[in-house]
Amino acid sequence: MIDPTDPGFWPGLFQVLLVGTGQTLYMVGVALLVTIIIGLPLGVVLVTTEPGGVLERPFGSRALGRVINRVLDFVVNLGRSVPFIILMVALIPFTRLIVGTFIGSTAAIVPLSAVAIPFFARMVEISIKEVDNGLVEAAESLGATRWHIVAKVLVPEALSPMILGLSTTVTSIINFSAMVGTVAGGGLGDVAIRYGYQRYSVIHMVAVIIVIFVIVMILQAIATHFAKKFARRSIDPTPTERKSHATLQLP
Amino acid sequence: MITLSSVSKSFGRADSPVVALDAVSLEVARGEIFGVVGQSGAGKSTLIRTVNLLERPDSGTVTVDGRELTALGDTDLRAARRSIGMIFQHFNLLSSRTVRGNVELALEIAGVHSKERARRSSEILDLVGLADKAAAYPSQLSGGQKQRVGIARALASQPSVLLSDEASSALDPETTRSILQLIKTINAELGLTVLLITHEMDVVKTICDSAALLESGRIVEGGRLVDLISTPGSRLAHELFPLGEVVATPGATVIDITFSGGTADRPVIAQLARTHGLDVSILGAVIETIGGSQAGRTRLELPGSAAENEAAIADLRSQNLLVEVVA
Repeated sequence: MIDPTDPGFWPGLFQVLLVGTGQTLYMVGVALLVTIIIGLPLGVVLVTTEPGGVLERPFGSRALGRVINRVLDFVVNLGRSVPFIILMVALIPFTRLIVGTFIGSTAAIVPLSAVAIPFFARMVEISIKEVDNGLVEAAESLGATRWHIVAKVLVPEALSPMILGLSTTVTSIINFSAMVGTVAGGGLGDVAIRYGYQRYSVIHMVAVIIVIFVIVMILQAIATHFAKKFARRSIDPTPTERKSHATLQLP
Repeated sequence: MITLSSVSKSFGRADSPVVALDAVSLEVARGEIFGVVGQSGAGKSTLIRTVNLLERPDSGTVTVDGRELTALGDTDLRAARRSIGMIFQHFNLLSSRTVRGNVELALEIAGVHSKERARRSSEILDLVGLADKAAAYPSQLSGGQKQRVGIARALASQPSVLLSDEASSALDPETTRSILQLIKTINAELGLTVLLITHEMDVVKTICDSAALLESGRIVEGGRLVDLISTPGSRLAHELFPLGEVVATPGATVIDITFSGGTADRPVIAQLARTHGLDVSILGAVIETIGGSQAGRTRLELPGSAAENEAAIADLRSQNLLVEVVA
């Protein structure tokens, strides 16, 4: 039991929160970066290798396109259906291979990315599916390559829903980052468990909740701002652009 | 300039295909405005999409400006498409880009240097009358303005052919006129060959030099408008001069007389009354400017049966008038 009347209590709390927040931001930040770098192309490939997509026939082979699409779809579904706590443990050998250890904040980035990538890839897929095929046709009529279509049409046109999807993704990463305390990943979740739960400090628990809440609120506000900024250009009365983007749930 | 020869295209499963185009052959001369008319579902959209191979035909060849597109590989096809501009019914502008950005998209794809892009896009926006809207986003524009951006984008890479896929169908009548006028101006000033599809006869009347009628994936008739209007039984000509249903009075003959070119200014009815002593009634008349010259069709009722009026009809025909007995 920690004594709140102890003169060292508040500075101690502050110190612990500061370190915890730093670790959380580090884990979430790097995991988010990895998620964007891998999840965005994954989502693009997922949607473009579908029948009728611009990558329907990679290297001229329709069969190859179908295989790539099926495999990625399967991997994404698998990644999204395994509960995080199990995924984290199951990935230990892989984590050790990449990071050298499976303990600590850096090691926690691997399972965090692994759970967020398929999630974000689906968000990207859904966002791009909403892009009017007429735009792709227009670009093709101008002599666009497949790369042009992806980089100049599909991704820019789907940017607004993708940003909202990214904000949902980052909130999930923050959620899961609280769980990596179980592999000594550190972070705010770890603070809540070690101080709030194991040492019955309600103040620690409440402080952690407030900090996480504030982080999520700030990120959400930033995402909404940018999503609106890009969406304001596309207030077109076409109903297809109005569909919801946050219909996916994490396992 | 554009030659389709025996182009066929079906959709759906192999065992129950939906035939969109059935051995369509079409010839569009350099510098003309050619309209393909047809009901929805006739295969118009598929037809125009085969010209730049957005839709690859199952069989047949497509030749544009002397290049057989159906024989080209991907890279050459992309290069060839840059000389074929296309505009769309729903404009298909990128909402994430400004007006200028949309025009520059065409130039980026064509690999034009950024300074040159800015210069060329300004020039083209000037041409379509949107210089003051360069920084606006498509959502801030009216339908007519959006289509002007579409036209500017299609013209950016200096094509020799413009394809128009129902470009004016989503617009109100007045805007339609201004867009058609713009297409005509482009055709005249830049010497662009235009192939358009439409379900509105008015569009053909207003700007086309030639037209073809597409029905169930087949070209039923086609040719220069000036020739079509003097072709007996031409359905396109009938569509151009809609006189409505024939209301026949028993014991009378109803004839349609088509005037064109040199015959338009002759006092035909007065002559008919004078020479043959007939009490002519006018049931209907349409005068249009087609292909730059006056043409029209008049529906007359003559007393007596067709046999009794044979001499009068023969007289009219001898004056190079197209006379059709309709009742």
